[in-house]
Amino acid sequence: MFKTIANLQIGEKAFIEKLCLDNIPLKLLEMGCLPGIEVQLIQKAPMQDPLYIKVNGSHLAIRKETAEKITIVNY
Amino acid sequence: MSINKVVKVALIGNPNTGKTSLFNQLTGLKQKVGNYPGITVEKKQGICKLNETVKAEVTDLPGTYSINPTSMDETLVLDTLLNEKNETFPDVIVVVVDIENIKRNLLLFTQIKDLKIPTILVINMVDQMERKGIKINVPLLEAQLKTKIVLASARKRIGIEEIKLAILNYKNLDITPISNISERIDKEYFTKLKSAFKEFPLYKSWLLITQKKEFDFLTEKEQKLVLKFREDLDCIKRYQHKETILRYQIINEILKESFIVDTTKATDLRGVLDRILTHKVFGYVIFALILLFIFQGIFDWASYPMDIIDGAFASLSSWVKTVMPPGTFTNLIAEGIIPGIGGVVIFIPQIAILFTFISILEETGYMSRVVFLMDKIMRKFGMSGKSVIPLISGTACAIPAIMASRNISSWKERLITILVVPFTTCSARLPVYAILIALIIPNKPVLGILNLQGLTMMALYLLGFTAAILSSILLHKVLKINNKSLFVIEMPNYKIPSIKNIVYEVIEKTKAFVFGAGKIILALSIVLWFLASNGPASFKNAEQTVSEKTENKDLSKEELQKKIASYKLENSYIGYMGKTIEPVIKPMGYDWKIGIALISSFAAREVFVGALATIYNVDSDGEDVGTIKQRMAAEINPDTGEKRFNFPTGVSLLLFYAFAMQCIGTLAIVKRETNSWKWPMLQLVGMGILAYISAVVAFNIFS
Repeated sequence: MFKTIANLQIGEKAFIEKLCLDNIPLKLLEMGCLPGIEVQLIQKAPMQDPLYIKVNGSHLAIRKETAEKITIVNY
Repeated sequence: MSINKVVKVALIGNPNTGKTSLFNQLTGLKQKVGNYPGITVEKKQGICKLNETVKAEVTDLPGTYSINPTSMDETLVLDTLLNEKNETFPDVIVVVVDIENIKRNLLLFTQIKDLKIPTILVINMVDQMERKGIKINVPLLEAQLKTKIVLASARKRIGIEEIKLAILNYKNLDITPISNISERIDKEYFTKLKSAFKEFPLYKSWLLITQKKEFDFLTEKEQKLVLKFREDLDCIKRYQHKETILRYQIINEILKESFIVDTTKATDLRGVLDRILTHKVFGYVIFALILLFIFQGIFDWASYPMDIIDGAFASLSSWVKTVMPPGTFTNLIAEGIIPGIGGVVIFIPQIAILFTFISILEETGYMSRVVFLMDKIMRKFGMSGKSVIPLISGTACAIPAIMASRNISSWKERLITILVVPFTTCSARLPVYAILIALIIPNKPVLGILNLQGLTMMALYLLGFTAAILSSILLHKVLKINNKSLFVIEMPNYKIPSIKNIVYEVIEKTKAFVFGAGKIILALSIVLWFLASNGPASFKNAEQTVSEKTENKDLSKEELQKKIASYKLENSYIGYMGKTIEPVIKPMGYDWKIGIALISSFAAREVFVGALATIYNVDSDGEDVGTIKQRMAAEINPDTGEKRFNFPTGVSLLLFYAFAMQCIGTLAIVKRETNSWKWPMLQLVGMGILAYISAVVAFNIFS
């Protein structure tokens, strides 16, 4: 079972494993979501969506559907 | 060297980097907002004096994270930088980056640097450096990035003179690219690309083939070549991803040596604020309180300057009439142009107050939290969290609200937002609601503190929002638009808003309204004046006819004048128009007089009150609602013998004005923003049908 950013607990950190490049638009890469980079889940919006993450020094909010496409590996 | 040489400068940077602060510092109030030819995005330009003989023409390009655009605003950056023949093509680019987030900010810099245009790097907010524990080795970083670096703090006016000096000496800047992407991705492929477009920098050719749009500045031969390269879409996509990863690698290598952060110094104010402001209960409560406060500002505080403006224009009209010789020209000025301008100016207080609030919320970074909180809810209606800002703005005026939807990258979400915004109760509906409520709703206290008239007004606001939400649900279901777009927003750090930025923003937005919507409202006021003050033969003989009719009655001169004015209106062109549509509007409970007001207010709703004032021939200082109200209350429906403005007609009118698309300015802006007549026509017809049906139903239920 793949673990994705959407599975993270608030405050939990992990590394981005690989992006499903075909599904992930270029923009996310450009915003700093790169393979091998540490990602932390900061907060979830009230309905568990969108997710507020910290990655590569940037604080971003992405929708759950996008987060589910980014697989992670734990420490 | 010629005197008054002008250097063209483009300001580029990520959103929230203080780029606009820098623009304001460089250009002061010497700014103008124009439109780029053919597209709708505003062009913000200003002049900056560099020294005695040289000036800079600075263009503030929309904030973007990358040169690859994902929204309408961002496309502009690419378009400006690729076409050398473009009149805004810069001699020198100033890239502004935020010291706190330099890594991601430099991605855009490395892309721009590869275009071989002289580029200066401004590292902004350096006053935070010590507090954040950051150390930069500037000479080393300059050597690595092959550019001139200026450390600045636009808000504190640090480094501004240095930036001007760097712009002045732009010819000495190194234009070698820093990221040799071709070597590291696929040498063979890029050699082929290079030989295809020999005259362009390699990165420019790469951008030409990676975008989906057509570039009309290319020759036919070049366009064909571009299309040929675009055939291999998978390859392009893969290489774009590789390119981005490579750029980050290069940036990391560079920063490792020249940029040091001591993370122990970081404070967690942001975390604390985030936990409160995006809390599942407090988050919404705080947002609701802020909204309440904003509405209080729009309705309560704005009413004072609005009354003053109202009075001032009315006195100006009467003054003109007493000073200038009587005649058509004087009437044109006093009855057409002055009220026309007044009709525009009256909205300035509300628009200015609203945009003051919105720009404070944006400057502090709070707006991103609202987008975060509201996104999931708004998505149920086919919109985005970003739609909240246009919907709030719509309570002042739909025109700036629709323009505020440009940063929504999904076309479907943006379109739905644009389509439903006109349902929100804009300030033009207020005078209409005010007079109708005063006529049909008793001024009774409810539960001690509330008031029945006030509650009705609130109900109408809720009705507007409900109509917006319900129609968005419908559009969400009906519109079959492929919605494959990404929602990523940055959650910027909290900042104390800069007063200068807010003032400039408010001035700019207000100007955009006055000159955009204002022109149309003014023009139509003049047309309406003409239609109301001219007519066929019966109009011309009005004085004679009325005098003959009333010969036996003992009328004072004043009363006779009023009778004549009223007869004239009935027989004017617009009077005939009102009578023509009477059969259509009768089911809603209206007569031809209300018909005139309806036609007049098609251009802009607020004209309703002014038109009624003319119809019920109130004296020329007739903006006094009290007088119009009395006249309207006394009006009798000859068919029934009842009051014309009774409860059923009043409710019917309120519903009609709540739903109908009576605003030429909004229709024009929707046409411009959607680049098609289809959508404004859909609004006009759809909202019109809804308005008509609900007015007819209400009239019949209550009669």
